[in-house]
This record gives sequence, C-alpha cells and structure tokens, in this order.
Amino acid sequence: MAIDAATVRKVAKLARIAEPEDRLEPLARELSGILNWIEQLGEVDTTGVEPMTTAIHTPLPMREDVVTEGGDPARILANSPKAKDDFFVVPKVVE
Amino acid sequence: MSQLTSLTLKAALDGLEAKTFSSAELTQAHVDAVEAARALNAYVLETPEQALAMAKASDARRARGEAGRLDGAPLGIKDLFCTEGVRSTAGSKILGDFKPTYESTVTANLWRDGAVMLGKLNMDEFAMGSSNETSAFGPVVNPWRTNGGNAQLTPGGSSGGSAAAVAAELCLGATATDTGGSIRQPAAFTGTVGIKPTYGRCSRWGIVAFASSLDQAGPIARTVEDAAILLTSMAGHDPKDSTSLPVETPDFAAFVGKSVKGLRVGVPREYRVDGMPAEIDAIWEQGIAWLKEAGCEIVEVSLPHTKYALPAYYIVAPAEASSNLARYDGMRYGLRVDGANLTETYENSRAAGFGAEVKRRILIGTYVLSAGYYDAYYLKALKVRRRIADDFDQAFQKVDALLTPTAPSAAFSLGEKSDDPLAMYLNDIFTVTVNLAGLPGISVPAGTDASGLPLGLQLIGRALDEGTVFSLAGALEKAADFRAKPAKWW
Repeated sequence: MAIDAATVRKVAKLARIAEPEDRLEPLARELSGILNWIEQLGEVDTTGVEPMTTAIHTPLPMREDVVTEGGDPARILANSPKAKDDFFVVPKVVE
Repeated sequence: MSQLTSLTLKAALDGLEAKTFSSAELTQAHVDAVEAARALNAYVLETPEQALAMAKASDARRARGEAGRLDGAPLGIKDLFCTEGVRSTAGSKILGDFKPTYESTVTANLWRDGAVMLGKLNMDEFAMGSSNETSAFGPVVNPWRTNGGNAQLTPGGSSGGSAAAVAAELCLGATATDTGGSIRQPAAFTGTVGIKPTYGRCSRWGIVAFASSLDQAGPIARTVEDAAILLTSMAGHDPKDSTSLPVETPDFAAFVGKSVKGLRVGVPREYRVDGMPAEIDAIWEQGIAWLKEAGCEIVEVSLPHTKYALPAYYIVAPAEASSNLARYDGMRYGLRVDGANLTETYENSRAAGFGAEVKRRILIGTYVLSAGYYDAYYLKALKVRRRIADDFDQAFQKVDALLTPTAPSAAFSLGEKSDDPLAMYLNDIFTVTVNLAGLPGISVPAGTDASGLPLGLQLIGRALDEGTVFSLAGALEKAADFRAKPAKWW
C-alpha cells in the first residue's frame, strides 16, 4: 500500500482538513488504490522531456505596475464571516 | 406557449428579430418550464424576477434598434461562474451563501450581448465529478430514461445541470466548464452539443478555479450552430486573465454548414479500448462513414501515450486543485467553523465545507506536491503531459481533425459508480487528453443505443482551429439527423 494511516494524518494536516481517526484507514486504502493506478506513468520514458506546465505557447504578458482596481473595502468584506471597521476579524494568530 | 422553449437558440433569435414574440414572452415560457421541472434538480437557484427584468430591458433595446447578438435569449449559467449579487456556490457547502461583488468575464460578455439569465445550474462540487453526485445540492437527474424504464440516470458531470437543462428545454443554451471532460461527457449523455474551446479562448476570470492550466469555459446547446453562436459571445481576450489569448474571435457560426470536402480526419487507434461496448464502436464506425460520405479523407493515426493521460491528469488536476482550494480558509468568505485556534478553525471549516471527493483530490494533490514525492509524481506527470501534447502535434501534421467517441458508455444509473472513484474517473478517458494538450473538442449527438439513450461523437481540432471543428461537427450533425428527445416525465 502506497499510503498508510500515518501518512494520511500528515497530509491532512498539511492540507488543513480535519480528518477523524476512524477515517484515516479507509482514506489510506482509497488513496493507495488511486496512487497504485497512477504508478503506470513509470512505464513512460521521459528522459530529456521538458515538463509541460501550460498549454499556452506565448510568454506571460506584462502590464504597467499601477493600481487598476481597489479602494473598495465594502465590496471586499461583503461576504466575510466576521468583519469590523473595514477589517476581517480572524482568530488570534500570535499568542 | 410551451413551444417557445422547444426552439433552437437561432430560431428564437430570428423570432425575436421578426417580432413574432417578445423576450418577455420567451423568458416567461422558460421560467414556467424551469418551475415545472424541479424534479430534475437542474437549477440550484432560479432567478425569475431578474430574468423577466432583463427580458423587458431587452425588448426595450430591440424596440430602439440596439439589439445585441444574443438579445433576449434566456440562458442558464453553471454555478461555477461568479454572478454579481447572485449566489454562486460551485456546488459546495464551503461557499455557503457567497454573493460575488463582481461578474465573471464570460457571463459579462453574454449580458453585453443582451442575454437573459434564468438562474444558476447544478454541478459536481468544484467541478470534480463525472455524474453530478458530488454536488452539495444533490445530483441532477438526466431527463433521458431507457425505453420503458424509470431508473434515474446521471446527466454526466461536472456540467450536468447545464446539459440536463438544455436537453429538457429549460433554457436555450447554457454556460459550462471543462477541466477533463465536464462539457463533452454530459453533452454526450444528454443528446446535446458541447464544445470545450482552445485553452485561452475564454477568460477564466470570475470562474471558480479547479485546475487552472486545464479549466476552460464553453457552451452546451441543442445544435452545433447554437453552440457556435454562444461561443462567439463567450470568447475573447481579457487582460484580467494572463492566460487569455490575445486573438480575434471569429464568427464561429459562419463555419457551420461549410463544406468539409477534402478535409483529412484522423482516427486514433489507441481510442479503441478494451471492454468498450460494441455500440460505442458501432457509432464511431458510423461517424467515420458519415464523414467519408461528406468528402473527408479518413486517416488512421496513432496517439501512443493516450493510456497515460488519465493517470497524468489525476496528478496534475489534484495538484493544482490543492493549491487553488487553499483559499477556502473560512476567513474572508464562505463557511467558518470556529476552533480553539487559527489552525483548528481552518481545519474545521474545510472539514465541514468540502465533500468527500473534493477532500480526496485535495489530499492526493497535497501528497504529490509534498517533499520527497514532487519529482516522482508531479514532475513525472508534467513530462508525460508533454508527451501527450507531442502526440497530437505529430498527428496534426497529417490530419486536420480527429474523430473519437466522447465517452466510453451511455448515461449510467445514479449510484452505479459513486463508490468506486477509479471507475468514475474512467468516464473521461476520451476527453481528458484534449485538456492536457489545450486543444478544442466538441461532442455531437450521433445516435442512440439499444435502450434509447443518446451517444456522442467527439471531434478534436488544432489549437485555435475551432472553425474546422464546427464545420465537421455541422457535417456530422446533418448526417446523424439526431431528432430524438427525452419523453417528458417530470
């Protein structure tokens, strides 16, 4: 099996998704099944092949380094779970 | 006036232009049809008041002689497109009651041309799924049933709401998106036409991101010409999307009906997969015969890395998704489930907000990008992706387009594959290659199987050569003369 419960716990932590203990084993089985199937990529000879990150052949366009939009806190905060005085309210980050 | 909902988009636009009916009448007929079809679960949000207001404004524009290309045409919008002031959920609980304060570029283009919005269409959560069963709103039901049967079938996914709404005449056309087949597979399952254009044709700005190097918007419609009309409005360069191509948008409808005589159409032998139903093979052979009769030259070609496209996709797409979906942290919008500290709040919000398939893909993506696995999985997949794109480049030196089946089966029952992620992923076996290479692909209804369910054929073109794709699709549509409609049971 490619992935065990401990690995799922670690990856779930990295992904910031709370997974209860009793889900770790079933998830390990599911993810291992998928990853074992993915292993077939090893059959492809990719020596000297340049990785393909985009289907766009032209370089990314540059634009003037100027503000195009902004200065509208009401719109930015319109969907916030908690906001006060033009700021998002979030749990304490630094003790 | 239920017959107004049976018109093609083109016929409806002609009727509006001739003042045979008003947009208010056309829109009201659709609003009534949508209301009567809630058993299909195609719409997750109906916006009848907005629709009728937009229709009235359209009629006024037309009276002033200022009608746009789509003026007065009622459309459905996949819930992946942000619509200003109108709840946009991406089929997920994590977005909650999110009401964007901006409009996606694609939908803004449609409103610029006068279209009317009927509401937001159901979809797999974050467009991750092939059966619509991952939607937080429950699955869409396919309007099609087998002959004499009453089992509920999937409309496909992820754009299942778009495809079902078009097939059931709940809109004249719909927006959709396609990351691995999410426009073309539902189109095939519902007897509709769906095109994923070249990567970069449509702006991704304001479309909820899944896998940014693969995502593309496109239309689902009832005819090839309707799809061409819609894509002409949806496409266009947008400085707000750095991958939007700075190219002119042709009038795609002008390519529909053009002669395809002398075009070389490739048939990739690797698409003949083990265990493919005989009926899929038969409809493919039929498509080949139709294009031959229309004057095309059929050429057998090889795309040797085809079988590696799906496994490569299931690294690339989850990797990009794990990165894109990191933004759902419960801080700035959407669901927040408080914990003892910041990290716990993140973890609780994401655990409560994401569904099982989305979590599965985020975990795979996080794993393949994590230290020690990046080279073995992610980098390897990007190299295989290049091989797949190179296969197409080679083939397109010999042919002008490719003809394949769209999906390896007709629509299946809801629940049939939902416990087996790999069986579900195989739905995209013929469509996903096109996303990896960034090419245009269209699905055209070609016939029905023995149980009366629609089957689709896919045409794949060179990058930015949607014109040839539309011409060939028009020829296929003409030859297939597909007129079957789902019997109304809802």
